[in-house]
Amino acid sequence: MAYTIKGETCDWEVVIGLEVHCQVISNAKLFSGASTTYGADPNTQVSTVDAAMPGMLPVINEECVRQAIRTGLGLKAQINTTSVFARKNYFYADLPQGYQISQADKPIVGHGTLTLDFPDGTSRDVGIERLHLEQDAGKSMHDQDPKRSFIDLNRTGVALMEIVSDPDMRSPEDAGAFVRKIRSIVRYLGTCDGNMDQGSMRCDVNVSVRPVGSTELRTRAETKNVNSVRFIMQVIEFEAMRQVALYDNGGQVVQETRLFDSQKVETRSMRSKENAHDYRYFPDPDLLPLVFSDELVEEIRATLPELPDERKARYVGDFGLSPYDADVLVAEKDTAQYFEAVAEGRDQKMAANWVINNLFSVLSERAIGISESPISAQHLGELLDLIADDTISTKIAKEVFEVMLESGEAPAKIVEDKGLKQITDTGAIEAAVDAAIAAGTAQVAQYKGGNEKILGWFVGQVMKATQGKANPGQVNKLLKDKLDD
Amino acid sequence: MTDLTQLTIAQARDKLAAGECTAVQLTEAFLKAMEAGRDLNAYITETPEIALQRAQESDARRAKGESLGAMDGIPVAIKDLFCTEGVLTTAGSHILDGFTPAYESTVSANLRAAGAVMLGKANLDEFAMGSANITSYYGPVKNPWKAADGKDLVSGGSSGGSAAAVAGRLAMAATGTDTGGSIRQPASFCGITGLKPTYGRCSRWGTVAFASSLDQAGPMTQTVRDAAIMLGAMVGYDAKDSTSAPVDVPDFEAALTGDIKGLKVGIPAEYKMDGMDPAIAALWDQGIAWLKAQGAEVKDISLPHTQYALPAYYIVAPAEASANLARYDGVRYGLRVPGDSLDDMYMNTRGEGFGEEVKRRILIGTYVLSSGYYDAYYIKAQKVRTLIANDFTKAFEDVDVILTPTAPSAAFALGEKQDDPVAMFLNDVFTVPASLAGLPGISVPAGLSPDGLPLGLQILGRPFDEETVLKVADVLETSADFTRHTGGSA
Repeated sequence: MAYTIKGETCDWEVVIGLEVHCQVISNAKLFSGASTTYGADPNTQVSTVDAAMPGMLPVINEECVRQAIRTGLGLKAQINTTSVFARKNYFYADLPQGYQISQADKPIVGHGTLTLDFPDGTSRDVGIERLHLEQDAGKSMHDQDPKRSFIDLNRTGVALMEIVSDPDMRSPEDAGAFVRKIRSIVRYLGTCDGNMDQGSMRCDVNVSVRPVGSTELRTRAETKNVNSVRFIMQVIEFEAMRQVALYDNGGQVVQETRLFDSQKVETRSMRSKENAHDYRYFPDPDLLPLVFSDELVEEIRATLPELPDERKARYVGDFGLSPYDADVLVAEKDTAQYFEAVAEGRDQKMAANWVINNLFSVLSERAIGISESPISAQHLGELLDLIADDTISTKIAKEVFEVMLESGEAPAKIVEDKGLKQITDTGAIEAAVDAAIAAGTAQVAQYKGGNEKILGWFVGQVMKATQGKANPGQVNKLLKDKLDD
Repeated sequence: MTDLTQLTIAQARDKLAAGECTAVQLTEAFLKAMEAGRDLNAYITETPEIALQRAQESDARRAKGESLGAMDGIPVAIKDLFCTEGVLTTAGSHILDGFTPAYESTVSANLRAAGAVMLGKANLDEFAMGSANITSYYGPVKNPWKAADGKDLVSGGSSGGSAAAVAGRLAMAATGTDTGGSIRQPASFCGITGLKPTYGRCSRWGTVAFASSLDQAGPMTQTVRDAAIMLGAMVGYDAKDSTSAPVDVPDFEAALTGDIKGLKVGIPAEYKMDGMDPAIAALWDQGIAWLKAQGAEVKDISLPHTQYALPAYYIVAPAEASANLARYDGVRYGLRVPGDSLDDMYMNTRGEGFGEEVKRRILIGTYVLSSGYYDAYYIKAQKVRTLIANDFTKAFEDVDVILTPTAPSAAFALGEKQDDPVAMFLNDVFTVPASLAGLPGISVPAGLSPDGLPLGLQILGRPFDEETVLKVADVLETSADFTRHTGGSA
């Protein structure tokens, strides 16, 4: 569904490009041996290289290179076996070198494609322009002292992958889906933890608008460092409205950097083009061009895990799941792994139903992730087994599920302890069936008169008499046999 | 007893081995000479305690029969561009006030591991930017050689303190660094030997950076043999420097066979510049004659892009420097001049902390990298650099080494050329092309100017062929029989 803004003279569409910064999962920083662990005391993970002491030199961390290649392959992008690190020059207190080592015209990963899937079953391809490696900056803290700013260099030099999209997105939903898909892929790959709330994934949002039907690219505004999917979508909504209003009033959008205020849900100008940095990129003479072999790329390709798109295809093709259910299950690697553990050797559709309909609703109610699920995949699987072998009915299973949520106990134990085991003893069920038929002469007449729906009344009576433990299949069969006699 | 400060490394090695002197005696002799020679301003920091301690350790090792080799116990000056653990390191700049590194540069650590004794930190042009050692925050270095009229002369630069220390016998040898001629030119001015190895031969780790793609450490010594000995103790692959070359370290001294029969020596036509000092031209001819006399084959060659080397160098080097020097911002170490805002603090600190020449090069470098100029300057200069390297590659298909003058003049008086940066840049005209190509080059004192001042000749070689460069330099040195004295004052 097209996202358009109604202007005074025409309808406008929004053109969105994203730059997603992903902190690389690695033990050491991009060019130094300092640790990258999150949350350490300020300035305890800083090497002489990170602090840009005189004479210190960067040495590339090969693991970060592998992670970038891995990510590039996950994005189905071109891998450049020769790339070049460049210095991006600017002064800031949390940038000790006075330049960021980044990649400019020769990034490690070139063009790729990302497929976005939407809940209505549609999908859309978004181009990836590039992925490059660069150093993260440190943190400035301006709220610790009335006069001074404090600097924490722990994050200085941690490897980032900047993933730049083509300006292919047209709605906040597109952008949200893009970021979620990137996050899903890097988590599958183990190249970034994707934790936006901890800043290990951040996004610069480029927005411009144009009259519907136009193909021009108008001046864009860039909103920096947006750190949640919701905020990204809010930025786009705000920017689209702001820019349309500007054009409607005869104004122009200026190319500038903006900041998002999540309290007021608005963007504000940070610096205009006149004050824009001239970063004076040039190849870093401390580093040779980054060159690796095709063999290395193939070696990494061979170790790639199954990615969300492939997994989805398998769930739809092999398991017979709907594309929507498959999307829901594959979005997070942990979820997919949980589902597969439940589905292993069992009815996959049934497993999917239980995970999506029963478990997910509980998780979202409690606002917890799959890793904190009160029910383990093994227990959920055992529960399905109890249904499958007629130990309990689906209805009883839901009761057991509720108990499992609270106690965390194995389903078999709960069934045993609470005496919930399904009655499959034909004699016992038959007695209950006979009693129901005897008690329901009026209903028997209705049934004989052609009202088959009345069968439900008999089932209800039998279940009531057996506290719901009678095997529904057997009950149905016996009832029909006896009533049809 | 002989004056121990007059010894070469090779001589001292033999005396130490023979027990005719001790490392402590050598060190004490130099510490005394340093005190007496402070007028030269060759040192920024003297480290007598460290020197004596290391000399004692050396003697103790030797007594136990555990000598570390030729450099064990040899007293050397370390250019104050090399970071030295626990010892003030200034790069000749106000902006590094009070900076005492917690680490030792790879080159000085290698020397230390070979047993060399550090006498102190030698003066230099600020951040190694200069050709006369007049830009140091710690004052100019005086050349031990005096003009005929008794005037003080510049030492050359940027390794001027190192050159003056070796020439004035305030150190047996010294480390230098060469970006566009900073070892070879002061060596020529002070009448000593200065070797710039192939780029990548010596690790740059722990050496304050000027222009990363050009900076290279090397030995500054009294003789070619000493240069060979000391080079062996400085070099080696270092994983901490990504541009360090993983090449084997040969026995450089073993290359000094004296036999250059059949070796081909190239004479580049483009180095015969208009208006060349006749004394320099004459010395060059003399050098050709000496090498011919020893059986070398001399060939005229062409290095067609030579005239573009200096302009390209003065784009590439300042460009890299402008980024390399961005870290001196007053935030973490060195000088901080407070300001009302972060930007004010930057401006105050850098405005006060950097000298004029450094500021000039930061400005040039910032300009040539800026948007709209980058292609016209930096990119073009890099292309020129490639062409110059190709010139040499082609030339070395026909010849084994190239012979040129080191500098276009002898040492000039302190105060001269001071207000003319371009005239100052021209000092590097013969040394810069090999720097851009990353080639090894050595300056050997070969004669005297009409005013009685030392003049050097330069031998350039193929990448990582320091052995041939040293072999030819050794023959040149023998032929020249250069009298090691320091002119009027000697």
